[in-house]
Amino acid sequence: MKYLYLLFSSLKRKKLRTSLTMLSIMVAFLLFGYLSAIRQAFDAGIDVAGADRLIVRHKVSLIQLLPQSYEAKIERIEGVDNAMHQTWFGGIYQEPKNFFAQTPVVPEELFDLYPELIISDEHKAAWLENRTGAVVGRGLIKRFGWKLGDRIPINATIWGKKDGGRTWEFDVVGVYDGAEKGTDTSQFFFRYDYFDETRAGGTGLVGWYVVRVSDPDKAAEVAAAIDAEFANSAQETKAEAEGAFIQGFANQIGNIGFIIMSIMSAVFFTILLVAGNTMAYTVRERTNELAVLKAIGFTDAGVLGLVLGESLVITLVGGVLGLGLAWLLVSMGDPTSGSFPVFYLPTLNIFIGFGLIVAMAFVAGILPALQAQRLQIADALRR
Amino acid sequence: MFNWISQVFAVTRFSMLSLPQRKGSSAAALLGIAGVVAVMVGVLSIAQGVLKTMQSSASETNAIVLRSGADSEMMSGLSGDDTRLIAEAPGVARDSAGALASPELFVIINLPMRSTGTDANVPMRGVQATAMSVREGFRLIEGRMFEWGLNEVIVGSGAKQQFAGLEIGSSILVGQELWPVVGVFEAAGGLAESEIWVDAAVLQPAYRRGNSYQSVYVKLNSSDAFAEFKDTLTSDPRLNVKPMRESEYYDSQSTTIYNLITGLGTTIAIIMGLGAVFGALNTMYTAVSSRTREIATLRALGFGSFPVVVSVVSESLLLAFIGGLIGAGLAWMAFDGYQAATLNWASFSAITFAFDVNIRLLLQGIIFAMVIGLIGGLLPAIRAARQPVAQALRGL
Repeated sequence: MKYLYLLFSSLKRKKLRTSLTMLSIMVAFLLFGYLSAIRQAFDAGIDVAGADRLIVRHKVSLIQLLPQSYEAKIERIEGVDNAMHQTWFGGIYQEPKNFFAQTPVVPEELFDLYPELIISDEHKAAWLENRTGAVVGRGLIKRFGWKLGDRIPINATIWGKKDGGRTWEFDVVGVYDGAEKGTDTSQFFFRYDYFDETRAGGTGLVGWYVVRVSDPDKAAEVAAAIDAEFANSAQETKAEAEGAFIQGFANQIGNIGFIIMSIMSAVFFTILLVAGNTMAYTVRERTNELAVLKAIGFTDAGVLGLVLGESLVITLVGGVLGLGLAWLLVSMGDPTSGSFPVFYLPTLNIFIGFGLIVAMAFVAGILPALQAQRLQIADALRR
Repeated sequence: MFNWISQVFAVTRFSMLSLPQRKGSSAAALLGIAGVVAVMVGVLSIAQGVLKTMQSSASETNAIVLRSGADSEMMSGLSGDDTRLIAEAPGVARDSAGALASPELFVIINLPMRSTGTDANVPMRGVQATAMSVREGFRLIEGRMFEWGLNEVIVGSGAKQQFAGLEIGSSILVGQELWPVVGVFEAAGGLAESEIWVDAAVLQPAYRRGNSYQSVYVKLNSSDAFAEFKDTLTSDPRLNVKPMRESEYYDSQSTTIYNLITGLGTTIAIIMGLGAVFGALNTMYTAVSSRTREIATLRALGFGSFPVVVSVVSESLLLAFIGGLIGAGLAWMAFDGYQAATLNWASFSAITFAFDVNIRLLLQGIIFAMVIGLIGGLLPAIRAARQPVAQALRGL
């Protein structure tokens, strides 16, 4: 108790300085939280990628199409559980900045291969009945304020219609939710049968395949078997794990993880300097008082603990405020107004944040604390 | 008046001379500001680099024609007949070989990035001989030009640097065929340096494109000829195309990525700047409180409170300026010219660019540092000037 009292009176000693230090630490952790969310947004999907799913695409490039007949051939390969195809539609809703992915799929297969997309039986049934129906993620429906039954016009950039038109219209018949926080709910799925019979060209061709393997440990062998199946054909394939595929894509944008790590290091180094300097200053200023404490019987370890405790309280208050503020900011929505498929503060990073708080308190406080511990009473009092 | 100025000088000199006594806390504030400026300049130089690449691609007298409704070459498609009609339009410049109009094919090919080993969508362009005459900055820097009609390619200098297997003598695998790399070219720092070029007649069958193209680049007689060129094409019932000036086209290609990076960079810089302001305030309050007696003595001797404010603020500004300079310098040394690649969402293909730390960015960083210094110094300065002299002299 006496320690707590002492601790708080020393914090109150220079209220302004204490609060300024807390505020600068708050800023560091605000940035930490916010940048964690941004990094998560760029890496979206890697964490939640199915370990049992492979992506099979054209070997030369993703823009080249594969025949739909590959599905049956892939499903015959040993170790393959199920396969479905997807195609990049790349349409524009109103204007290019409203970007989101639209994908023609076979409804039953979509929900079989992606069990993390949760949809009610009612919505699923409605989709099976409506050829021009579309199922939309919760995030996307919120972004544009759509309702069930809305008719959404999408302007085709790649896929013109047989009648010469370029505007496709879809009815929103269902909404899906994500089973996990990281599940992408910004997608727009519509029916492949409608797509295939309406498009002007490319009938029977699809973009890529999603394959589920029966044993995730054998995924690499199955991928090799799929590529071997189509080797030396007109359309060779490249099969890889879904996680690796998404990681490869994220790598193309740039080494976001590295950039964010560099920024964070600069921020923490800076704030550490500020906090460490303040702690050093408070100890130097209070040399006399600390010596008196020792003179009246406080142990060396007690004084050490007192200074470290002070550092911990300052960092903890600042850090918790910062993380809280980051959480608040992140839950207010993403800075690109909807282009990030997911935007949230991962729980893991909150724990890392607390770890950093403790580490920072220790690093900033240890030198001044040691200095206080080593104080010679006689020397210090004479100063 | 003179008296007043000399007061300001005298007090400022005092505070500068006593700076070494506050080495620790001053250095902390200074390095803090340096960190903020370095991060800000570093992040924004990415956006500047992308912008510079796009801008150096554009020529005032050039235009690009895409299918109407297409936002990038990737989405576009033009038949061989379309490209002939476009080449015949008025306003297109001509040389001895005919119209300076270059129908081009734009596809991507998977090649591993050097940095990560994972695949990138490297752009591959099918061209005719006019492509080189339409682009002013095109220059072979290594090897030779590909032979027309053969499966040979030349690669942009940026592509060669960022993607594996593009040295002269190596080959890229397209379907069942190996296409040898025979040359390396530059394009005045423009977007084409991220690309692989090949004879359009070779690329068309490899990507099953028949006799179709995706874009036509034209050189116009003059910049003013664009209006007539555009009107002719858009009013031709046989065509359904969108002519754009190159500058307009490249601007639209970089908007998304430029805004994203600049927005994020600015947000990060402002939040960090806030942290640095708290740090600077701390330092200056400490500085002022350690000089309480000194300042009170000066005031008792008849120095006004304004010179005191000026002296504290200029100390803080000086620290901020040095910090800004160090930060900007660090960013310039670490990032300027740093080669990188990213994905251009508009065309779904990789672009290579160099981080660009330019003068404007450096100035912006130093000004930002000075703003931090000003805020960090002003409040403590006012407190110092307001302190009752008698109380301050009596000690704390």
